Amino acid sequence: MASVGEVLEGKRICICAGSGGVGKTTTSAAIALGMAQQGLKVCVLTIDPAKRLADSLGLDELGNEARQVDPALFEAQGVEMKGELWAMMLDAKATFDELIARQAPDEESRDRVLNNRIYQQISSALAGSQEYMAMEKLFELHTEGDFDLLVLDTPPTRNALDFLDAPKRLTQFIEGKSLRVFMKPTGLAAKVTGRGVSVALGVFKKLVGFDLLADLAEFFNAFSSMVDGFQARAKRVNKLLADPDTCFLVVCGPQGEPIDEAVYFHRKLVEAKLPFGGVVVNKVHYAADELSGEVEDLPDALAEKLGDAALAKRVADNFADYQALAERDSRNIDHLAGELRTSCVIRVPYLDEDVHDLAGLSQIDRYLFATAEERVEMAAGRA
Amino acid sequence: MIVTGKGGVGKTTVAVALGLRAASEGKRTIVCEVSSQENASRMFEHTAVGFHEVEMEENLWSISIDPDESMREYVLLQLKVRAMRDMLFRSRIFNYLAAATPGLKELVTIGKIWELAQLDRKVKKGRKYDLVIVDAPATGHGVGFLQTPRTFASIARVGPIHSQAQQLDRFITDQENTGTAIVALPEEMPVNETMNLERDLRDEVGVAVDRVYLNGLYPERFKKSEAEALAQLAENENGATKAAARAALSEYGRTKTQRTQLSRLKKGVEAPVKTLPFLFEPELDVEAARKLAGKLG
Repeated sequence: MASVGEVLEGKRICICAGSGGVGKTTTSAAIALGMAQQGLKVCVLTIDPAKRLADSLGLDELGNEARQVDPALFEAQGVEMKGELWAMMLDAKATFDELIARQAPDEESRDRVLNNRIYQQISSALAGSQEYMAMEKLFELHTEGDFDLLVLDTPPTRNALDFLDAPKRLTQFIEGKSLRVFMKPTGLAAKVTGRGVSVALGVFKKLVGFDLLADLAEFFNAFSSMVDGFQARAKRVNKLLADPDTCFLVVCGPQGEPIDEAVYFHRKLVEAKLPFGGVVVNKVHYAADELSGEVEDLPDALAEKLGDAALAKRVADNFADYQALAERDSRNIDHLAGELRTSCVIRVPYLDEDVHDLAGLSQIDRYLFATAEERVEMAAGRA
Repeated sequence: MIVTGKGGVGKTTVAVALGLRAASEGKRTIVCEVSSQENASRMFEHTAVGFHEVEMEENLWSISIDPDESMREYVLLQLKVRAMRDMLFRSRIFNYLAAATPGLKELVTIGKIWELAQLDRKVKKGRKYDLVIVDAPATGHGVGFLQTPRTFASIARVGPIHSQAQQLDRFITDQENTGTAIVALPEEMPVNETMNLERDLRDEVGVAVDRVYLNGLYPERFKKSEAEALAQLAENENGATKAAARAALSEYGRTKTQRTQLSRLKKGVEAPVKTLPFLFEPELDVEAARKLAGKLG
């Protein structure tokens, strides 16, 4: 069974994907740290890291560019660092603005787009723009070629599907082909398609008000000069995602719902012919399997050692509670491995402390970069 | 009652628990899902309910609000002529415009929630509910969904949608009739996010949060002196005794971390904080929600 180090051997891009609340940001940061420790120049692109984690990496400023984590920090924490760790906090709106500035043929078209209210809505609020811009930044950094490995922490989408569809949805919207044709009520299209369209447009106008429609029309007009550039770029981004040097890691938790989502997301990856590398399951309760024979006498044995029957009972109850969770986790993960037909399932145990500094990240790395046997051993040593 | 918070914090479980409690008090209650994931109906081991009001238990109903269906219903209520409506839905241009307008999906979804909350329901044969509970979507930025009416009212400056968006904004910010709860977990990042979410809801949407539910709090099973005795045991023993002592020490450590987060949260938010216990249940089903229902306070 593989470790993250083996899975990412020779890869240029690692994309951590999964639903919200499963520890994607922490996993991404830990992977980047671990790979940098092996001697690579790594950059992790993250959306919204916990403040303490960002602080501990010395990344208190929000800038839409990569910054190197100060090597002195690793030394101070006793972390051996052979390579370089860089990090970037992604600002979706700034990335979108930069992209417009790059694609616009002249300043006037650029400003027309940037000042359009529909654009402002899309760039900051529309579902999908964050995802699209994460890909965009990834593509930009990859093209510049300054890093050996890029690790992308994907935005917390409602469900994993959004993340894959968003770029396509957004380009389709920006292209707005069908709409632009219909926008001109006196144009050829209106004559050909006839009364139905003008009635539909009329009703829509009535429902949403004239202004919105005017803004939309203005938006598509302003964008029209950039559509080709966007399409070409989107194609290259898609190609990059499907490249054999790219690796998708699915991150999830051990409960039923996150496991179901991971199975679903894996299916989507396969359907989209994107390179799946493995799955990281966070916060796993490891079972103490080999102890099952002794557990029945546990309360008595504990009472004898502790000299406190009430405490012994609480300790035994607590143990039983955790064993039950461990059994559930193990069942769910077996199911996951079966569905994904993969042996690359990396279990990171539920640690006693929240992870929000370099020491915590290296703690996680001990598991991410270990073989399966080593992981079980380590977990047994502490659980 | 709007239940919001980030993904993975147990929003659906809390929304269903609130529903169970209200229903047991005799209130006709509906839990609305807006993510089309049918998590609520699944908790009841019910088949997918879709865009229908379906009774799960006595007094407790469930619906999954699909934006396309809401749009359909909205247009139906606006246009009384059936032929016109059918023509509209067949029209590619209309569907395209509806999909392309930023925020329109969220707006009609909130519109449906408003409709469910009306004493005089707009849909045919619609019966009134005493309480409507919304399992709000877990978006990257929590306020996005609830902010839609306000944003929309400013984009569409004229027309019926303008005044309807304003009406929905008043509906969401109506302190008397609409409550908002945030569900959080006793961990660093969820606590930070909860504090930010409360602030953004207040400053950007004009919503004052009524309550924060801190979900998944471990029981304090062990005292400090006991932890010391257990540490010795973990050190000197082997086998099951050692493993059990270690598990107890883990629990003790996590509990301490959680309490630190709890006090940070209490200091950081204006709304009262209600803690909910961690449930040592393999799967969070309706019985688990029922246990929580008793502790909502």
